[in-house]
Amino acid sequence: MPRLSRSVPPVLCAILIVYAGSAHALGPPTPASALEIVIKWAPLLLGGFAFNILISLLAMALGTLAGFGLGLLLISEQVLARRAAWSVMQFFRNAPWLVLLFFAMFLIPFRITVMGVTIPLPDWVKAVIGFALPVMANVAEILRGAVASIPSTQWEAAESLALSRRQTVWLVILPQCFKRMLPSWMNLYALITMATVQASIVGVSEMLTITAQVHAAEGGRTDLFAPLYGFALLCFFLYCYPIDYMTARLERRFNVR
Amino acid sequence: MNAVADWFRTLYETTGINLTIFYDAYDFQRYAAGIGMTLFLSVASIVASVVIGAAGAAAQGSGSALVRQSVQAFVVVFRNTPPLVQIFFFYFGVGAVIPGIETSYGTREPLLGNVAWAVISLSLFAGAFNVEIFRSGIEAVPRTTLEAAEALGYTRLGAYRHIVLPLAVRVCLPALNNNLINLLKTTTLAYAIAVPETLYAAKQIWSESQNVLEMMLLLLATYMVLVGVFAGLMHQWERQMRIPGYHR
Amino acid sequence: MSGDSVVAPKLAAPIVQLIDVRKTFGAVPVLNGISFDVAKGEVVCIIGPSGSGKSTLIRCINALLPVTSGTIRVADIEVGDPRLDKLALRRKVGMVFQQYNLFPHRTALQNVMMAPLHVLKQDRIEVEARARALLAKVQLAGKEDTYPGELSGGQQQRVAIARSLAMRPEVMLFDEVTAALDPETVKEVLVTIHELADEGMTCLLVTHEMGFAREVADHIYFTDKGVIVEHGPPQEFFTAARDERTRRFLSQVL
Repeated sequence: MPRLSRSVPPVLCAILIVYAGSAHALGPPTPASALEIVIKWAPLLLGGFAFNILISLLAMALGTLAGFGLGLLLISEQVLARRAAWSVMQFFRNAPWLVLLFFAMFLIPFRITVMGVTIPLPDWVKAVIGFALPVMANVAEILRGAVASIPSTQWEAAESLALSRRQTVWLVILPQCFKRMLPSWMNLYALITMATVQASIVGVSEMLTITAQVHAAEGGRTDLFAPLYGFALLCFFLYCYPIDYMTARLERRFNVR
Repeated sequence: MNAVADWFRTLYETTGINLTIFYDAYDFQRYAAGIGMTLFLSVASIVASVVIGAAGAAAQGSGSALVRQSVQAFVVVFRNTPPLVQIFFFYFGVGAVIPGIETSYGTREPLLGNVAWAVISLSLFAGAFNVEIFRSGIEAVPRTTLEAAEALGYTRLGAYRHIVLPLAVRVCLPALNNNLINLLKTTTLAYAIAVPETLYAAKQIWSESQNVLEMMLLLLATYMVLVGVFAGLMHQWERQMRIPGYHR
Repeated sequence: MSGDSVVAPKLAAPIVQLIDVRKTFGAVPVLNGISFDVAKGEVVCIIGPSGSGKSTLIRCINALLPVTSGTIRVADIEVGDPRLDKLALRRKVGMVFQQYNLFPHRTALQNVMMAPLHVLKQDRIEVEARARALLAKVQLAGKEDTYPGELSGGQQQRVAIARSLAMRPEVMLFDEVTAALDPETVKEVLVTIHELADEGMTCLLVTHEMGFAREVADHIYFTDKGVIVEHGPPQEFFTAARDERTRRFLSQVL
């Protein structure tokens, strides 16, 4: 279906956010303008943002890997494996992400010992695991949906060519699934990126934490809240909007065929 | 009630599994209030987000390009920024600036409290998704169906009311359900501005009673039930609304 | 029989009258001066190759599309009038579409009842009685509570005819109503239209069913590239076509 209205230039939106963030800060004469303060602290804030991106990429990689395995179990012929995988998927799909994050923070030990080697698990690594859990469940569901959308004639054709089930899955079904999975997978990535700020709630020093620290360092002026959080909104917007835009374009292209 | 409390107290004494909310009236009340707050946040923001979605989708059919572009900018911004930052932006950024009320003690009370801001931000966030969902539902109604209505003498408004909207709602129901279930889960973010919802209550209880694991599992179980019941209701509604022989 | 695109008026007062109707989509001309009359009770078939503007023509008659120039009059209503009362026009003109266009969320009976209830605000009990009678008339008694998606194409098309008749129109427009149907269900729809014609309903059909046109039509118009190439009563038209384009078309479809 046409999504004409997606063509709003991102620049316009960016301007909107910056304006919303600074509009009222321009009112009374202030010691330092909001814009100056944001610019002053931008390197630090952007460093925090880069950390968010790092967390999102690692969580996505880890979650995709695990989700792929879970998804394969979901389409397995073993009833028991299928049921178990389904329960795991439902559990992690239905739990709020923030609750899963708490879950990971409190219940994963701060270091683990594997074969005599002690690996420390700092908070941010635990956060990565916490975010990877819902990614895993959602990737598994995306994979299951994609497999289900392949016409059953493909299975029949493969079977009539005497391919084993394993060969059918790996040579015929999965290669056709990747394309179908891509838009949902990209959408999931954008969502997980936006969720990484929740790590600040459990004490990981990412962008939102640093934003609060910057705010405190500037004397806790209430008029600085909007520009500082507005800057965070802007950073995420500039990162996520292109992903969203590409996702919509891909969806449209795949729908046409 | 006492038997249940005694059982859980014995459970704690014999196994160390400490589920305070089942034998401590104060903790129970706190946790129940937390669930109540989660339900309130969910219902309030579900209703508001659906209204925002419907109004936005209607405005996107407006003749004015300015209106359409504004709605689209709203949708794009709220879909592509973290809901938690949106909550902070509204609660701290906007909440601090709008005028407050003088209390009888002469202190300044903000006009809107954290609960109100949580509902507002969650509604705007989910509403942005609903705009898209409703619009795609309306677009899915074939133009020829509208033409048939016109040929039968329907006005534009009448055709929307009796034909386009009933069809559009059915088309977008699965996506809408999905988004509203997500919204229920997203209400946990209100924790960050100290709204005493379920997660907040659980955190308070486990910090005092040192029963993190028990409360964590109880918390997950609570959300399983809440989400499960809500999803079940929505799917039942979806089934009831299904039109025989109409596949999309 | 004349090959001109302008037709001399008939003796009976016409219920549908087109005078030099022209229609362009952007710069593309679709109708290039169409004129004809349809008398009350007459059955008129419009045939011609695809893309000759037949569907556009029929849509202009009940103002689903505005004409670029020319005059269309239906039962004394000036269709091109900017202050046109569309409701008044559509009460007089029923239309049946190629793709049925039933409302999928309503049962067969509700589809027939909707417009009289919502548009004409008529009494529900009376509307329901008439709707049931109409469904029986199109041989669909017993299918009242069935949803369109559960009906065959031919059944859906007959519901669509009943739905139009519920508005008590004076003229019925049929836009290739059998083109999307399976061959075996075409007949049941044609029978319904045939009955309607026999009862004296004024019918204007765009169709590819030559056998039906020959049997039922009072007058046939052959259009190509937005003009009427040739017309006449079916007997003449099918046996003694004069224009080369008509003959070529007929040799392809007959």
